[in-house]
Amino acid sequence: MKFDTPATTNPIDRLRVVGKATDRIEGPLKTTGTAHYAYERHDVVANPAYGFVVGAAIAKGRITALDLAAAKAAPGVLAIVTADTAGKLGKGDFNTARLLGGPEIEHYHQAIAVVVAETFEQARAAAALVRVEYAREKGAFDLAALRDSAPLAPGGGFNGSPETRVGDFEGAFAAAPVTLDATYSTPVQSHAMMEPHASMAVWDGDRLTIYTSNQMIAWGKGDVAKTLGLKPEQVRLVSPYIGGGFGGKLFVRSDALMAALGARAAGRPVKVALTRPLMFNNTTHRPATIQRIRLGATKDGKLTAIAHESWSGNLPGGDPETAVGQTRLLYAGANRMTAMRLAVLDLPEGNAMRAPGEAPGMMALEIAIDEMAEKLGMDPVEFRIRNDTQVDPEKPERPFSQRQFIRCLREGAERFGWARRAAKPGSVRDGRWMVGMGMAAGFRNHIPFKSAARVRLERDGRIVVETDMTDIGTGSYTIIAQTAAETMGVPLDRVEVRLGDSAFPVSCGSGGQFGAVNSTSGVYAACLKLRDAVAQKLGINSSDALFADGHVKAGNRSVDLTEAAREGPLTGEDGIEYGDLGKKYQQSTFAGHFVEAAVDAATGEIRVRRMLAVCAAGRILNPKSARSQVIGAMTMGVGAALMEELAVDTRFGFFVNHDLAGYEVPVHADIPHQEVIFLDEVDPMTSPMKAKGVGELGICGVGAAVANAVYNATGVRVRDYPVTLDKHLDRLPTLA
Amino acid sequence: MRPFTYERATSAGDAAARVARTPGAKFIAGGTNLLDLMKIEVETPAHLIDVNGLGLDRIEPTAEGGLRIGALVRNTDLAADKRVRRDYALLSRALVAGASGQLRNKATTAGNLLQRTRCPYFYDTNQPCNKRQPGSGCAAIGGYSRPLGVIGVSEACIATHPSDMAIAMRALDALVETVRADGSIRTIPIVDLHTLPGTTPHIETTLGKGEFITAVTLPRPIDGTHIYHKVRDRASYAFALVSVGAIVRKDGGGRIAIGGIAPKPWRVEAAEAEMPRGAKAVASRLLAGATPTRENAFKLTLVERTLDAVLAQARA
Repeated sequence: MKFDTPATTNPIDRLRVVGKATDRIEGPLKTTGTAHYAYERHDVVANPAYGFVVGAAIAKGRITALDLAAAKAAPGVLAIVTADTAGKLGKGDFNTARLLGGPEIEHYHQAIAVVVAETFEQARAAAALVRVEYAREKGAFDLAALRDSAPLAPGGGFNGSPETRVGDFEGAFAAAPVTLDATYSTPVQSHAMMEPHASMAVWDGDRLTIYTSNQMIAWGKGDVAKTLGLKPEQVRLVSPYIGGGFGGKLFVRSDALMAALGARAAGRPVKVALTRPLMFNNTTHRPATIQRIRLGATKDGKLTAIAHESWSGNLPGGDPETAVGQTRLLYAGANRMTAMRLAVLDLPEGNAMRAPGEAPGMMALEIAIDEMAEKLGMDPVEFRIRNDTQVDPEKPERPFSQRQFIRCLREGAERFGWARRAAKPGSVRDGRWMVGMGMAAGFRNHIPFKSAARVRLERDGRIVVETDMTDIGTGSYTIIAQTAAETMGVPLDRVEVRLGDSAFPVSCGSGGQFGAVNSTSGVYAACLKLRDAVAQKLGINSSDALFADGHVKAGNRSVDLTEAAREGPLTGEDGIEYGDLGKKYQQSTFAGHFVEAAVDAATGEIRVRRMLAVCAAGRILNPKSARSQVIGAMTMGVGAALMEELAVDTRFGFFVNHDLAGYEVPVHADIPHQEVIFLDEVDPMTSPMKAKGVGELGICGVGAAVANAVYNATGVRVRDYPVTLDKHLDRLPTLA
Repeated sequence: MRPFTYERATSAGDAAARVARTPGAKFIAGGTNLLDLMKIEVETPAHLIDVNGLGLDRIEPTAEGGLRIGALVRNTDLAADKRVRRDYALLSRALVAGASGQLRNKATTAGNLLQRTRCPYFYDTNQPCNKRQPGSGCAAIGGYSRPLGVIGVSEACIATHPSDMAIAMRALDALVETVRADGSIRTIPIVDLHTLPGTTPHIETTLGKGEFITAVTLPRPIDGTHIYHKVRDRASYAFALVSVGAIVRKDGGGRIAIGGIAPKPWRVEAAEAEMPRGAKAVASRLLAGATPTRENAFKLTLVERTLDAVLAQARA
């Protein structure tokens, strides 16, 4: 189905199932431990051996000697694979560094060997006996030191344009009566999902099946094939349940390759899970950024000049953190420029993490806006409203499809009690706590992404949906079932959803908050095909047929849907593809994020007290799972604001605090109260579902809202994330 | 994890003797720290002697009016004990400020005292660490040192002792009872249990080979307001940046021990004399001779400000 004109009234608009708060249909499997995750596929793989990954001990250099004798002789060892014995390997399109290093080492903890043994403990013990000698080379590990020499980043694809200019920024900035020129930084962050990267590989002759934990099955299948020199049809990826990804599982990682290589060498199935201390340096992370923002405004608060420059680093061939993208679209202003520069760093591979670019970019931009509002003596909500735009500021002929930004802010301010905020920072006390309120815009774009599915009406009346879409904890199963139930006119419990198998039609996958709307649109398209097949079978004109209550109705005739499958199942297969509505209309999601924070006047400790997000994100397919997505993202935003940082050792070139004791993420006690409100919105420009996404909208802006609340509490501005107590302690009021 | 042999001890004396005579032997109780370290081969015992069955899990009154806490009393049980909550609130509060509920259920009193540092370089066997591998150097100095020590540290090691419980016990002047390999018993004032790193950071206590902690004794309760104030980056389940364990009498005097800043619970009795004069006076005595890094110099300010909050709370 080609979607190239705005959606009109369609079966989804009945909203009998779609739009209703619905429990996860796979919930009982998860709560009873019967949803099988990759490392636990004992239901389909008998007697797997265990692989343990050995990570490089240096950041850059070469292996000069590799002694495997002791490891090979250790009890239970079946095979050891290194770059010397792996055979010729390619590199996946979505990988920057090779997944198996050696003799060249590209980053710390790059995999250099997999040790396969009968038990996990034997594999781990033997892995520790692998003796490696290295010749270290000098590497570049310090982004700040490379800031002045970093060239413009490569453009294209998800990177967008490395440099943009509209009007005369420099002239307007110089002429502006009120200006801000400030530099912000965001640290390296880790996805820190609950389930580690894990895979179980099974060879059948020259055909390979990998049970894995991966957000993007088709990308993964292609990259496994390319890396191993196989044809895509020789590779099958299966990933029905995923214990969190946040972008860390968009790509094939070393667990999958090492399981495949280990299984080939051992001649039996092998499973590999990355250990937590290895994950932080072996896999990908959100790169650190340095961001300079310059704003110019008239005295009455109209922005006239907006510049946002960002520096990040990555391995050679890697991409920048696209932190300036949202600044191109969020506020009006005639003169603007953005630039992204990219340094070469020999740290582990930087790549996508929840709202890549947007999240750190908004962390900086929305502090800058708060600072500018203060300079202007304006309320931060009113300042944002004054600079709203209903069109793409770079291309005024291109409107937003929907932009309820102002309503998000107004309704948020009203519900949060924003009027009670003291404009003067550092002026509210509650016992030993200094209390403040802050807010920020939430803003994340919708990405159209083609997505296919197959839908089958079984003899018993069940509707079975198959697509390689994944559910990374987001609720894909449920919204896909809702979509099929709505379109086919059956109750939810008659729909069975099968996901995450490369044998199924290729979906959009899970990422970039594009999963929900695109995958359900693909399922909708396939359902329409199935409706045609049903109508034809029943001798009903398809355009007259009404699918409802488990029946197909046309005129006076009403037939049980199951009748159509009496002679055998009927199948509809199709996908959604998009025309140029995304070019004609900027399709985005908006939020107002509001935070109350308290700062211990003595210790400087920061604790969030309450949070509110008011979101406008198109039709909300399942308010229950959508809310879960947003509160999870808000929680991650608090982590980004207050604690999450992978500490870089700029001498040895690695992330030092590489476990969950050292890399702190929020715990329940850090998140006392969260509220989420979805504004009524349908966006017919996006898709037949008229939905957008929420999973990343929920994090965009949260960090700044927290930082702004902390500033409002203390009067001390911190521009270097995370905002930890040591960064404002010496500027807090002296003690009595 | 290296392969190891395992046996259960039959008595405390037996356990001490066996560890002393068996190469590479270690005690195991709750295992909340040791097993993690074994998995990454920071600890590589050849033999484990399980002491969980020794029955040292009672909390009993002493003739002197104190409490004798068995070495195997779990942190959860110790924190919840009515007498501890009533008479040694500082200890109870310090315990519940530490780790997580699950860990406290397993962790033992003696094991808590003997837990290893949380310096991230200690945990990464690719990095030099004088504590883990004597003579290899200290990667933390000049590296990521924000969570590490500012006083009592040396040019060989800036690791901290991570325990919350030990801070309270230091303020309470607890006594550590042990049995040695030869069967003799002795009592070690807690101040003398942990050593400073100097040039030998791999040596962390004054315990002899095989010497086994059987109990920790608390002297008679000390009057005053018991406060444990732990400062950290998140609200729960985090090691202290700084913690203050204090007992403040009505006259403003009392005791203070500090966590998160040193290789052992940090208490300077001379500083306690300054308590009536306020946090600044106390802190300047407590922290005299501190050698912070650029990343953790904030801890000096933080100690003073936390002390100030604690003294204010005691006055309130």
